[in-house]
Amino acid sequence: MQSEETITALATPPGEGGIAVIRISGPESLGIIRTLFVTKKRSKLQEIRPRTFYYGYITDEGQHPVDEVLMVYMKAPHTYTREDVVEIHCHGGMVPVRRIIGLVLSAGARLAQPGEFTKRAFLNGRIDLAQAEGVMELISAKSDEAARISLEQMEGTLSGKIHALRQELLDLLAHIEVSVDYPEEDIEELLAEEARRKLDNARLQCRQLLASADQGKLIRDGIRVAIIGKPNVGKSSLLNALVRQNRAIVTDVPGTTRDVIEEYIHIRGVLVQIVDTAGIRETTDAIEKIGVEKTKERAQTADLILLLLDASRALEKEDLEILKWLKDRKVLILLNKSDLPSVIEEDRIRKISGSRIIRTSMTDGTGLAETEEHIVGLVESGRLGPKNSAVIMNSRHKEVLLRAERYLGEALSALDSSIPLDMVTIDIRNVLEALGEITGESVTESLIDKIFSEFCVGK
Amino acid sequence: MDFIAGKYEIIVIGAGHAGCEAALASARMGRKTLVLALNLDAVALMACNPSIGGSSKGHLVREVDALGGEMGRNIDKTAIQVRMLNTGKGPAVHSLRAQADKKRYQEEMKLTLERQENLTIHQGEVESIRTENGKISGIRLVTGEVYLCRAVVLASGVYLKSRVIIGEFSAKSGPNGLFPANQLSECLKDLGFTLQRFKTGTPARVNRRSLDFSRMKIQPGDSTAEPFSFLDDCRIRDQTPCWLTYTNEHTHEIIRENLYRSPLYSGDIKGIGPRYCPSIEDKVVRFKDKKSHQIFIEPEGLHTNEMYIQGMSSSLPVDVQTAVYHTVPGMEHAEIMRPAYAIEYDCIDPTQLNLTLESREIGGMFFAGQINGSSGYEEAAAQGILAGINAVLYIRGDEPLILDRSDAYIGVLVDDLVTKGTKEPYRMMTSRAEYRLLLRQDNADMRLTEKGYRIGLAGEQRYQRTMKKEESILREMERLQHTVLPPSDKNESWLKEKGSSPIQSGLSLYNLLKRPELHYSDIAGLEDQETGKVSAEVGKQVEIQVKYQGYIQKQKRQVEQFQKMERNGIPDPMDYRLIPGLRLEARQKLQAQQPVNIGQASRISGVSPADVSVLMIYLEKMRRERKSSER
Repeated sequence: MQSEETITALATPPGEGGIAVIRISGPESLGIIRTLFVTKKRSKLQEIRPRTFYYGYITDEGQHPVDEVLMVYMKAPHTYTREDVVEIHCHGGMVPVRRIIGLVLSAGARLAQPGEFTKRAFLNGRIDLAQAEGVMELISAKSDEAARISLEQMEGTLSGKIHALRQELLDLLAHIEVSVDYPEEDIEELLAEEARRKLDNARLQCRQLLASADQGKLIRDGIRVAIIGKPNVGKSSLLNALVRQNRAIVTDVPGTTRDVIEEYIHIRGVLVQIVDTAGIRETTDAIEKIGVEKTKERAQTADLILLLLDASRALEKEDLEILKWLKDRKVLILLNKSDLPSVIEEDRIRKISGSRIIRTSMTDGTGLAETEEHIVGLVESGRLGPKNSAVIMNSRHKEVLLRAERYLGEALSALDSSIPLDMVTIDIRNVLEALGEITGESVTESLIDKIFSEFCVGK
Repeated sequence: MDFIAGKYEIIVIGAGHAGCEAALASARMGRKTLVLALNLDAVALMACNPSIGGSSKGHLVREVDALGGEMGRNIDKTAIQVRMLNTGKGPAVHSLRAQADKKRYQEEMKLTLERQENLTIHQGEVESIRTENGKISGIRLVTGEVYLCRAVVLASGVYLKSRVIIGEFSAKSGPNGLFPANQLSECLKDLGFTLQRFKTGTPARVNRRSLDFSRMKIQPGDSTAEPFSFLDDCRIRDQTPCWLTYTNEHTHEIIRENLYRSPLYSGDIKGIGPRYCPSIEDKVVRFKDKKSHQIFIEPEGLHTNEMYIQGMSSSLPVDVQTAVYHTVPGMEHAEIMRPAYAIEYDCIDPTQLNLTLESREIGGMFFAGQINGSSGYEEAAAQGILAGINAVLYIRGDEPLILDRSDAYIGVLVDDLVTKGTKEPYRMMTSRAEYRLLLRQDNADMRLTEKGYRIGLAGEQRYQRTMKKEESILREMERLQHTVLPPSDKNESWLKEKGSSPIQSGLSLYNLLKRPELHYSDIAGLEDQETGKVSAEVGKQVEIQVKYQGYIQKQKRQVEQFQKMERNGIPDPMDYRLIPGLRLEARQKLQAQQPVNIGQASRISGVSPADVSVLMIYLEKMRRERKSSER
């Protein structure tokens, strides 16, 4: 079974490893790499031989180099998926990976679904029966995760915008369709001009969303993480451990006070600004009070708060107050000193806070990896991002928006050549189908509900 | 001891729009067929509006006709007004609609049944359907006669345990005072079918003499009336007008004041009504801001004064109906001849059927029409012909005829019903057809007649006509491609006159036709010697195929994608409980519905794309295991 669509995705685990591999599979693989790859001398390759590494650059639409890469082409059927495959070995980290994947998508590929390379490998007879069930479970598990993330993103900025965009287009489609299905009702006909205006506007919105994503604000600005907790709970140890394990970018930022120490680190490609604050404690001591106020202020501006609690001690009044004070914030609760006998009442914490709880120990490193993973996960899933950035977009969203923008363009040029509105609906439906992949709604059902709820039709 | 009254191959229960098509298809395909009607005066009864066709429904009629059905020819014989709707829009959504002479429509259809070879027509109520070893063996009437048969098409319409409601009054009755069928519901339950209860309604009929048309707007028919049937030619008819008037605030006030007397709002009606066919009280309640609703007055025939009041179906008491109707301009003195009523009835959950309209559990048991939860004469006829055909193919032991969503509106209709089920009476709409640019009413013959011919239903004449049409289209397309219009003073001035831009060098007529401002009729006239050589029908096809080529190609590509999934078959039966990785909801739905291919599986509600991937991999695994064990 040969598939017609060409797919792409990051083949190596996401992270700040030295090298990342982006895989492209499908009939268009070679065509796509031809448009994106230039040699060191900035010229296009005349011939791309299979199984040969080429050194050069991936360039963007303006022929500017995006990253220095190694590229290899493998001819079907002797590949993992038994389709034409191209691999791009670029620098690790989110910036080059995302930009290159973005360019591959623009050149005509679509983003691979979870497990899709493996699925193709299986369907094309590349992997054996014993592996098949594992693949099935993998797909369903990953898709469930993706669906859950999507759902959570519904509340986010991007999903809100996509939802609004979808609603506008659905309104437009319903208006066109109702006059087709109920030609004798007294419904005002939608004029081509009005449709054009609405489609134009939708395309503009798509472009704006894509533009804000391209700027990669997230990666440039990083996210702010504040470590807070009572004195001696292990805040500085945590900071040091995170810094030790990860590449510290800046170790000495001017303007920091003794009470608040800032560190910039990269955790698997995500730039994180970590703020270690003085302990929070109700105090009458004037000097200490400055520290506490500062802490609250810092916590106020952070994107994520790591709250450290001492697992070897019972919860105190202050702990409960901090938990309450943080109720509406994005918080990760670390029960530190978990190497000592545990005394803390975890159930009580859960009653107050719905935040994720991780047991850590700075002595033996327990929970550190999990903590990092959680931070990266929050960012990559779009649930967490810099306060001031417009949107955070993952590659799947970007690919959907690129497709939507293309279909909107087709609809607009159809209107220019006097194609009737009832045919342009083919393109509008395509846009809605695409956006529906994010919102999880089917076009026909939504459309028919819309027609009957908004228009008084029928005999 | 049973009285065996007769032995048939196929028995069709019900002689409404579904039953007539099923019976005719079966008999025309050479099977000994019996059609039973509760009342022979109600054959092909139009219990609601006296019209056939309309948006998407007109498409269905053309498709039924293309397969060799009767509805198109019957309405061509009995239409009293014909209009092509949506002519201001693209060709895909042009739709033919006709007002019928209701009585004549029934008479013609009944006569056609009576004259049909292999077909027996009989009046009687069926009490039970009999099976042997999970297959149909016969039926028994309430009067005791038993008829043996191998297949049954149940097309019992809205008659199962039907109840008519007018305000506070209600009675066990079929439409129009006809008997209901009270026995079959229990029999269906015993056979294992799940039933649901639906509701629909019809407006009052009033005496034409009591209406003041000077206060209404006239709605004439088209000057040239196109026929529904591909076998009939274009002709001019005497067109009878319809009339348009409007409700007003006063109308709505009376309705609002009397809502408490409506069984819909008092809770007396429990059946689920269609959203697309709201009663006037529904419209007033749901669309409070709308100051007036339009009302069409349609004649029920040439030999009656009864007029159908489209847009005013209601279940309000007669005194309220009368007051409401009298508020409408031109209807101040309207005499109600038959009051509006709502009707509730039993139907089956259609997800229990195959795409052939056969029950998954009982061999030879087919269902068609409103019993499947659909609504509308055209929807019924479409299912009727398909069920009739498949009953014959079942008896012959041949491959069934399945139309998919890219073949026909009939395919969309059946797939929607069978795959997704319906929670309200289902109406066809063009917006339900994803590939509607390819499923036009003008090309139904080119899509379906060959299929109808191959199974032995569409006749030789019909088949030849279609073949000839296809050939002429091809030839004419070729001619347009090869005929070049040279730049010349004469041609330039002609182009200018048509509002088209000048040509620099020679341009093929084909490319010229792509220009939005030029039509086939303009181009055809350019080459004197070729003029008039093709029929208007062919000219229209050529124009559509040239002008909208880009979009037609686009849809064809979508259809290719769609068909790839449809070709990926799933064995029957399949035990979905054995598939790891399927989510619980998907597993249950798939287990119950047993889709025939991956495409159908993906359209079942509650089955996610991930479930579909898992299923595909499992199927591939099964295939390979089978292969290796064969070796």
